[in-house]
Amino acid sequence: MFGSRLPAGPPPAGGRFRLPLRTTVAVAVGALVARSSQLLRAGNGGTIGGRVTLALQPEALEQLGRGRVSVLVTGTNGKTTTTLMVARALGALGEVATNSGGANLPGGMLTALTRQPEAPYAVLEVDERFLPHMVEALRPAAVVLLNLSRDQMDRVGELRNTERSWRAALEKCPSTTVVANCGDILVTSAALDARSVVWVSAPGAWHSDDGSCPRCGAALRERQPVWSHECGFARPGPDWSLDGNLLVTPANDRIPLRLGLPGAANLANAALALAAATSLGVPLDEALLRVCSVSEVSGRYRVVERDAHSVRLLLAKNPAGWAETLSILRDDSGPVVIAVNAHGVDGRDMSWLWDVPFEQLRGRTVVASGERAMDLAVRLTYAEVQHTVSSDLLAAIDRLPAGPVDVVSNYTAFLELSRKLAPHD
Amino acid sequence: MTESTVSIGLLLPDLLGTYGDNGNATILQRRLLWRGVAAEVVPVGFGDPVPSTLDIYVLGGGEDTCQALAARHLLDDTGLRRAAGQGAVILGVCAGYQILGERFASTAGAMERGLGLLDVATVPFSTRSVGEMLCQPDAGLLSEPLTGFENHQGRTTLGPDVRPLGRVVHGKGNGDGTDGVVQGRIVGTYLHGPVLARNPDLADLLLGWAVGTQLAPLELAEVAELRRQRLAGVRRAA
Repeated sequence: MFGSRLPAGPPPAGGRFRLPLRTTVAVAVGALVARSSQLLRAGNGGTIGGRVTLALQPEALEQLGRGRVSVLVTGTNGKTTTTLMVARALGALGEVATNSGGANLPGGMLTALTRQPEAPYAVLEVDERFLPHMVEALRPAAVVLLNLSRDQMDRVGELRNTERSWRAALEKCPSTTVVANCGDILVTSAALDARSVVWVSAPGAWHSDDGSCPRCGAALRERQPVWSHECGFARPGPDWSLDGNLLVTPANDRIPLRLGLPGAANLANAALALAAATSLGVPLDEALLRVCSVSEVSGRYRVVERDAHSVRLLLAKNPAGWAETLSILRDDSGPVVIAVNAHGVDGRDMSWLWDVPFEQLRGRTVVASGERAMDLAVRLTYAEVQHTVSSDLLAAIDRLPAGPVDVVSNYTAFLELSRKLAPHD
Repeated sequence: MTESTVSIGLLLPDLLGTYGDNGNATILQRRLLWRGVAAEVVPVGFGDPVPSTLDIYVLGGGEDTCQALAARHLLDDTGLRRAAGQGAVILGVCAGYQILGERFASTAGAMERGLGLLDVATVPFSTRSVGEMLCQPDAGLLSEPLTGFENHQGRTTLGPDVRPLGRVVHGKGNGDGTDGVVQGRIVGTYLHGPVLARNPDLADLLLGWAVGTQLAPLELAEVAELRRQRLAGVRRAA
């Protein structure tokens, strides 16, 4: 039930945590490695320090998370954005430790906790695979489940296994309030058996992973927004819901969301963030102001002026993300540069490019770039989208007619481009 | 649809097609249209009757529960099996390939009945096969190597009525050093990506069977360059 979980008072943190010596040493060594990594320019230190600490003290997450009110945010898309929104909203109550840079593996989360040891609150973005581990380690006050769809399956594995692992972890943690998107069938199944759930109806644009019922395995042909299945699995009545850009609250107020971020997907992220923040005691008005003030997320949605071009940086790394991105691109008619890589967290399989309806870009000026530009170029050819291929992304931007340019990249391509466009950030 | 329009059935895209396999239907259609041959894609969803009169059918990959549902629908509805009996061209990829066989087991071990259109049977492998695959095709079929990505846990045993699509140079495929099968005008493979994007010769082989004549060459520089890059990448890794 919404609102059933107001903290009784300020959390017991505030003072320094009493950590075992081994943990203190492990944290110190980790911090030293992180600093060296930064000095050597090997990375930003976001993950490596935490990994070292965890290697020396596997219990470090439990110990550093203890005593804080923590929120875990996971899903296929929108994790980084929603984490920032929740962190900013919870900032109304006190200092928040957060991995706002998207370092969402245990090492990155640990680094966030060690950097702000005094913070009574923690809001952590969690990679889908690590949610069960993190729920067990931190016993969070709230878990936000955004959505679940096909993404990097060569790395992550099958979707329905992920859903079942979430379900099992949440069932075992009755003290956690689950804030779940009941516009997403797999997320609904994952949250259904949890003790306390706040349901938010915020359906996305992608529904191609809903073919079979996650509960009974039979075909699921019912579609959004309200669905029910013969086995009894049905969309729960939402506590919060989105109606266009109106947020319908549990009190049935209809509040227009005027976000600093574009697109329907961010309305969904904001709805879930607001539901989570208010469930932890942030007044709705205050949470709204703070969530709407987010206008850039780790460089995403940022506009960089580069000579004659206003370059907007967008991230899209899977079919569902692209479905939302294409709806943002529809509002413009300018050139689109697309960069795709396939290493590390990108996954190595580019087959997802064929699940993206690039046909919608016909008539636009399109440039294909990135390590796997040729996979994209072939996809664009069969979509009958005129395009050029360029291995040098910046040069490609410079050659375009003056004016706005949208650049859409997947993960590592995005990081590369951000570094090149604003090397001093 | 007129008599001369080549019809391409995209079977159960709501259950199969996890790895972009729906692209195979698009590729077949475009490669005909660009040569001046009329062609259409006919999507057939779960629960819909499967027409038996189409020229080509494509089936893609899917997770366990979706695969089992797809197999049951295609068994209950006799359309695809009647089409096969009339000589239709069929391409099955990954889960779609397994469905066309005699039987297949899910990762959990439950045995499912297949359509019996290919003389193969699939059981779960101990580990998942994930990565780039390179395959030297049967010389009687194709000359250029086949390239794609595989992500499955199947071990497929070939019976006497089928021959392998090719010999695996890099990757896992069927699990016995071969990948895929050919039986009449039916082709199965573990290559996705989708397979026809990277292997235009295979697309044209299927199209040639469907139209009954060899098609004019269709040179696409970007497809040639993509093949060059992927083949070089796999050979470097090997």
